[in-house]
Amino acid sequence: MNTTAQMASGQDPTTGAQERKDRIGDVLLRVENITLRFGGVKAINGVSFDIRKGEVRSIIGPNGAGKSSMLNCINGFYQPQEGSIWYNGKTYSPMRPHDAATNGIARTFQNIALFKGMSTLDNIMTGRILKQKASLIEQAFYFGRGKSEEIEHREFVEDIIDFLEIQAIRKTPVGRLPYGLQKRVELGRALAAEPTLLLLDEPMAGMNLEEKEDMSRFIIDVNEHFGTTIALIEHDMGVVMDLSDRLVVLDYGSLLADGTPEEVRGNQAVIDAYLGVAHD
Amino acid sequence: MTGSQIYTAAAIPPAAHLPDIDTYDTFPKLLRYNAAHIGDRPSMREKNFGIWKTWSWKQVKDEIFKFAAGMQALGVQRGDRIAIVGDNCPRLYWTICMAQCLGAVPVPVYQDSVAEEIHYPLSHSEARFAVVEDQEQVDKLLSIKDRLPHLEAIVYDESRGVRDYPQPFLHHYDAVVAKGAEILDAHPHQIDQEIDKGSADDPSIIPYTSGTTGNPKGVLLSFRNVMRAAYNGARFEGLKATDESLAYLPIAWIGDHIFSYGQAYVCGMCVACPESSDTVLTDLRELGPTYFFAPPRMFENILTTVMIRMEDAGTIKRGMFKYFMDHARKVGVRILDGAPVSLMDRIKYALGEILVYGPLKNVLGFSRVRIGYTAGEAIGPDIFAFYRSIGINLKQLYGSTEASVFVTIQPNGEIYDDTVGTPAPEVEIRIAESGEVLFRSPSVFMEYFKNPEATKDTKTPDGWVHTGDAGFIDDRGHLKIIDRAKDVGKLNNGTLFAPKYIENKLKFFPAIKEVVAFGHERDYCACFINIDLEAVGNWAERNNISYASYQELSAHPEVYKTIKSHVEQVNRDLAGEEMVAGSQIHRFLLLPKMLDADDGELTRTSKVRRSFIAEKYETMISALYDPAATTASIRSEITFEDGRKGMLEATVNITDTQTVPVQGQVAAAAE
Repeated sequence: MNTTAQMASGQDPTTGAQERKDRIGDVLLRVENITLRFGGVKAINGVSFDIRKGEVRSIIGPNGAGKSSMLNCINGFYQPQEGSIWYNGKTYSPMRPHDAATNGIARTFQNIALFKGMSTLDNIMTGRILKQKASLIEQAFYFGRGKSEEIEHREFVEDIIDFLEIQAIRKTPVGRLPYGLQKRVELGRALAAEPTLLLLDEPMAGMNLEEKEDMSRFIIDVNEHFGTTIALIEHDMGVVMDLSDRLVVLDYGSLLADGTPEEVRGNQAVIDAYLGVAHD
Repeated sequence: MTGSQIYTAAAIPPAAHLPDIDTYDTFPKLLRYNAAHIGDRPSMREKNFGIWKTWSWKQVKDEIFKFAAGMQALGVQRGDRIAIVGDNCPRLYWTICMAQCLGAVPVPVYQDSVAEEIHYPLSHSEARFAVVEDQEQVDKLLSIKDRLPHLEAIVYDESRGVRDYPQPFLHHYDAVVAKGAEILDAHPHQIDQEIDKGSADDPSIIPYTSGTTGNPKGVLLSFRNVMRAAYNGARFEGLKATDESLAYLPIAWIGDHIFSYGQAYVCGMCVACPESSDTVLTDLRELGPTYFFAPPRMFENILTTVMIRMEDAGTIKRGMFKYFMDHARKVGVRILDGAPVSLMDRIKYALGEILVYGPLKNVLGFSRVRIGYTAGEAIGPDIFAFYRSIGINLKQLYGSTEASVFVTIQPNGEIYDDTVGTPAPEVEIRIAESGEVLFRSPSVFMEYFKNPEATKDTKTPDGWVHTGDAGFIDDRGHLKIIDRAKDVGKLNNGTLFAPKYIENKLKFFPAIKEVVAFGHERDYCACFINIDLEAVGNWAERNNISYASYQELSAHPEVYKTIKSHVEQVNRDLAGEEMVAGSQIHRFLLLPKMLDADDGELTRTSKVRRSFIAEKYETMISALYDPAATTASIRSEITFEDGRKGMLEATVNITDTQTVPVQGQVAAAAE
């Protein structure tokens, strides 16, 4: 199969895979026995898995399986009733949003969450907010650290704009942009935080083939270029199988399978629950 | 007919402010001249990371010398071919000069070509080296590398994504230049010595023509060819070192080579490269070039955008725009041409300049344009008049790769929308018995590379080149092009059928993007029409017409109605012109997809490939000529932008249009 990842990287698949294995390091984050309840509904039920440094880890599963909830637990947006998250040497029980942000966990959302009236440039600049040390006065009157920081951050943001090839929309209000580009801007904002771990919630939902391929290439590039660890939720199986180093499969809030794309593809429980043929 | 009469340009004096191109007879020699004489003036600009960066002629010379030394170390020898693939960026322009320094011949390739299309020029030119822009181009070359036995090394500019590629024959531009810098430290005269070996009649570049039929042909041009053309064009228009242009058209196109490279070196002017191909209009506005060239399509697109935005503007603005544009239409062109205009009209025009024309030109980036060229296709009279009426000195020129561009140019003050001007300096023009236009000049190409057959067919032993275009010289001494000679046909009743002429008339409507007319050896004229997605989409939005795809919008009855009214308008126009009155359009259909170069329907320069379309859409064409048929179907393979294939299946309606009865038709038929 001529896969997206190979096409995008243009490399011989075997050497590429070997190089990618070499890049993957120790465990960066471990989810331990997470259980999340909304009233009587168990959204996540005792799930554990880990994410290693430098890998692309996908979370898949049917609608309502608890994928987005899982990401929300990881970045502290939801606080699970049970279980803990071990991240980079520390255990969080639960993870709080500011812990996640200051420790380099950034994310994009399934429903785009950008500032519609602001330009692409300004939206991405907001991703730098945690890196700004200048005082309010310095920023307001544009002197001292306010000035030097602004220039420094703008340079960083321009790098991202170049990286994501969105120069043409630099000054366009994001509300006017088509969906695929908004997704790209959102990725840009997440990257502006220089994340260690990047959580992507359905980055390719609703995109056409070409946009998907572009986005796949950006994800690979982010992973290879910056060495960013990526946790990905995606429904397009072709994309998931090509991009991921390892997969977690959730179904009704429980862990169904965990392994490489090949292992998951061969797992009968997964085939039955998700990739199954019985739906049509 | 005037088979033997030769038309030439009026002699113009040599330009004192330009370097003597007989002494500095190659581009690398001009590079040294410019670095020595105007070394601190800007030579190139590029926008990167949101900031314009400028290189002076001195810096450019140093960079090119280092690059050349580095490439020499990689094994470039005199006579080698070096392929160049990528969007306009300074480093690729420097590659052209680098190759010429070393006596190698650059072969620029259209950067949006798919891998298969790149294969032909690379294998045919036996390029040993390729200098490319980025990962996209590297990937294309790698995918065909095993079928390019001559290709030894690839140098890339942007390392993103390519850095970890294991292939030993891939080199980063920076590394090559760094190596070259070391070599030059040890042997500072190495490149100068190579440059001294070059002379005017050495090959300077091989652009491949996109060609509407068959394989592309490599047009071998000498330094003399390119430099004389650049020089003559420059003195004709009085170009100076202070002029600036924006290089955004493909490097592989001869026009860009002359405007952005040849004339830049001859005049020492500054050429800027856009940030990306999507930002051209923004960059244009920031830069405000004085010398600008664009295909008619681009001027059309800009005008369409302006009109759409005006329709969305407030009542006062819209009224003001309409009032002053009407006035400009009346007197603007006459003012530009220096014709007499009443004082009152001049005052009103000056007011318009402050309120409308000036701000409009500023928004478009045309405030400083002294000379604007359009070429490649006929431009709509309305579009042409629009730009000229707001004070932009837009001109048409007629040229070809084989002529190093210039065959005719419209001289200042003698600009008519239906002609392409008088012969350019040092160009001779002759009209053959068949009506075909022939030309001869010092800039006529040396030969088609490795293709003596084609050379013999195109170029006579005494240097005349067949253009393949049918045309004539009118009373004013201007050349008028009717159509490609081979496309001009006859309807069954004997009426002249010039498809391009009809198509152009239709294409001048903003809603119509592309047209293919049929009629040769048929009973009547019929056509395929492509709607313009931007213009029609905007119209649909404002009229609450919902659509999900191009195909759906195209098939909408309201769209058909609008296009039908346009076609009937054209029919009325045609009826008024004796020669073509008989070829009014009887039926048309709206194509379910855009004609696309990726599907082979257009050339890379966006010209319609008739024979290909005739074959591919055969079922649709026969339906147009089947009086009983009210719909036409097509099933064909289409190519997505990433090179993947898909199937297109569609059925579209055929619409009959009203034609105007013509008095002379019977007479024409009887002839």
